[in-house]
Amino acid sequence: MFVFGINVAQASDPTHNDNNHAKEEKEFNATEMIMHHIKDAHDFHIAGDLSLPLPIILFTDNGLVTFLSSEFHHNDDGHVVVSKNGANFVKVHEKIYQLNAGVSHAEFDAEHHIINGVSPLDFSITKNTFSLMLSAIILLVIFMSVASHYKKGNQVPKGLASFVEPLIVFVRDEIVRPNIDPKKYERFLPYLLTIFFFVWLNNLLGLVPFFPGSANLTGNIAFTMTLAVLTLLVTNLSGTKDYWGHILWMPGVPLPLKPILAVIELVGVLTKPFALMIRLFANISAGHIIILSLFSIIFIFKDAAWAGLSAPLALFMNILELLVAFLQAYVFTMLSALFIGQAVEEHDHH
Amino acid sequence: MDLITPAVGLVFWTSLVFIVLWVLLGKFAWGPITKAIKDRESSIEESLRAAEIAREEMQQLTANNEKLLQEAKNERASIIEQANKSAKGIIAEAEAKANEKSAQLLEKAHAAIEAEKKSAIADMRKEAVSLSVDIAEKLLRKELSQKPSQDALLAEYVKDVDLTNL
Repeated sequence: MFVFGINVAQASDPTHNDNNHAKEEKEFNATEMIMHHIKDAHDFHIAGDLSLPLPIILFTDNGLVTFLSSEFHHNDDGHVVVSKNGANFVKVHEKIYQLNAGVSHAEFDAEHHIINGVSPLDFSITKNTFSLMLSAIILLVIFMSVASHYKKGNQVPKGLASFVEPLIVFVRDEIVRPNIDPKKYERFLPYLLTIFFFVWLNNLLGLVPFFPGSANLTGNIAFTMTLAVLTLLVTNLSGTKDYWGHILWMPGVPLPLKPILAVIELVGVLTKPFALMIRLFANISAGHIIILSLFSIIFIFKDAAWAGLSAPLALFMNILELLVAFLQAYVFTMLSALFIGQAVEEHDHH
Repeated sequence: MDLITPAVGLVFWTSLVFIVLWVLLGKFAWGPITKAIKDRESSIEESLRAAEIAREEMQQLTANNEKLLQEAKNERASIIEQANKSAKGIIAEAEAKANEKSAQLLEKAHAAIEAEKKSAIADMRKEAVSLSVDIAEKLLRKELSQKPSQDALLAEYVKDVDLTNL
C-alpha cells in the first residue's frame, strides 16, 4: 500500500499539467485530483464555489504576515498576487511563496517551479490544522462531559459515558496493562488514551467525505511524525537504567560486540517511532487514494454508468477504512505502549 | 515529494494541540474517569467478596441451625425415652406396691377371719357349756324334786364326807 502511495506521489509531480491550467477545457487528471485531496490546503472547500477561508500566518523577513486565504480567490497556480507588509505572495499547489523584493509577478521555469520567490515559514491554519483543532474540541467536549458525569458521584455510566467507558476500559485492559509494568502503567495511561482517541477520531473525520471532515490529517506525514516523536520522547525520557544499560552496554555479550550492539540498539531506538510514523501515514493515505481512485474511474471513462462499479467498490473500501481507522489507532497505541513498556521494565538480573 | 515532506506549520500545530489536549484531558477527563472506573471495580470486587463472606456465614448459620435442630430432636427422643422408661418404672413400682398391699390386706383379712373364727368357736363353746349346764340344772331340778331322791343324794354326800379330818 505504501509503495503504491509513493508511486502516485511521484507520478503526480504537480508541475506537468499546469501549463494548460487557465484553459476552460481541461483533461481530467486522476493523479492530480487525488493528490489535491490527500494533501493539505489553505482553504476548506465546502461545496461548489463555497469554501471556508482560513487564516494564513507567515514568518517572513519582514516579520509576521497574516491574511485570509480567501485573498488568493481560490487561485493555486501563482497568478493571483497578494501584497502584504510590503511583500508579494503567491500560492502554487497549496504552497505559499514570497516573491523577491520588487517583483510583482511570479515567473516559472520549464518545470513550473517559481524562480523569483522563496517559501517563508508557513504556520497557517490549514485544512488539516482546522481539522486538528476541531477534533481536539470534540474530544474535550466528549470527555469533559463524561468526566463531569462521574464527578457528580454517579457510579453507573449513562449516555455518552456508557459509550466511551468500554473504549477506555479496552485501552486500559487490552493495550496498556498487558504491555506496561502494572505498577507503572497508570502514569502512561493519559498519554496512551489521548493518542488512541485522537488518532481514531481523526481517522474517522478523514473518512467523512464532506465539511468538516475529509481532511487527510492522519495520512499527513507531519502529523504522524509529530506523534511518533512524542512517543519517542515519552519512551526514552522514562527509560530506566536497565533500559539504557541494555542499549549502550548490553550485558552478557562478549566485550568486542558491545559497541556494535550499542550502535544497532541506538538505530533501533529511532526505527521504532519511524515505523509508527510510516505505518499510520501510509495506511490512511492509501485508503484515501484507493477510494478516490475508484471514483476517478467514472471521470476517466466519462460515463456515469461506471458508478455502478465504482460506487459499490468505494462503499466497500469506505467500510474497510472504518475498520482500518480503528485498527491503526489501536496499532499506534499498542506499539507506543509496547515501546514504553520495554523502556520502563525492571529486568531481573540474569 | 510534497507528500512525504513534513510541513513545519503542521508539525508545530500538531505538537501544540496534542500537548494541550493531553494536559487538559489528563487533568480533567482521564483522571476522574479512570478513578471512577477503578473505584467502581474495587467496590464491585469488595461487594462480591462481602457477598461471598455473607454466603459462607449463612451456610454456617444454616449448618448450625441444622445441628441445633438435630440436637433438639435427639434430646426430645432421649427425653421421651427416659419418660417412657420412668413411666414404666413407676407403673411397675405401683404394681408391685399394689400387689404387696393387696397381699398384706389379704393376710390381715385372713388373720381377722381366723380371729373371728376363733372367737366364734370360743363363743359357741361357751354357749354349749351354758346350755349343757342349763340342761343339767333342769335335769337335776327334776331329779331332786322328790324326797327320796333328795335323801339318797344326801346320804351319798354324807357317805362321801370324810370325817376324819374334822
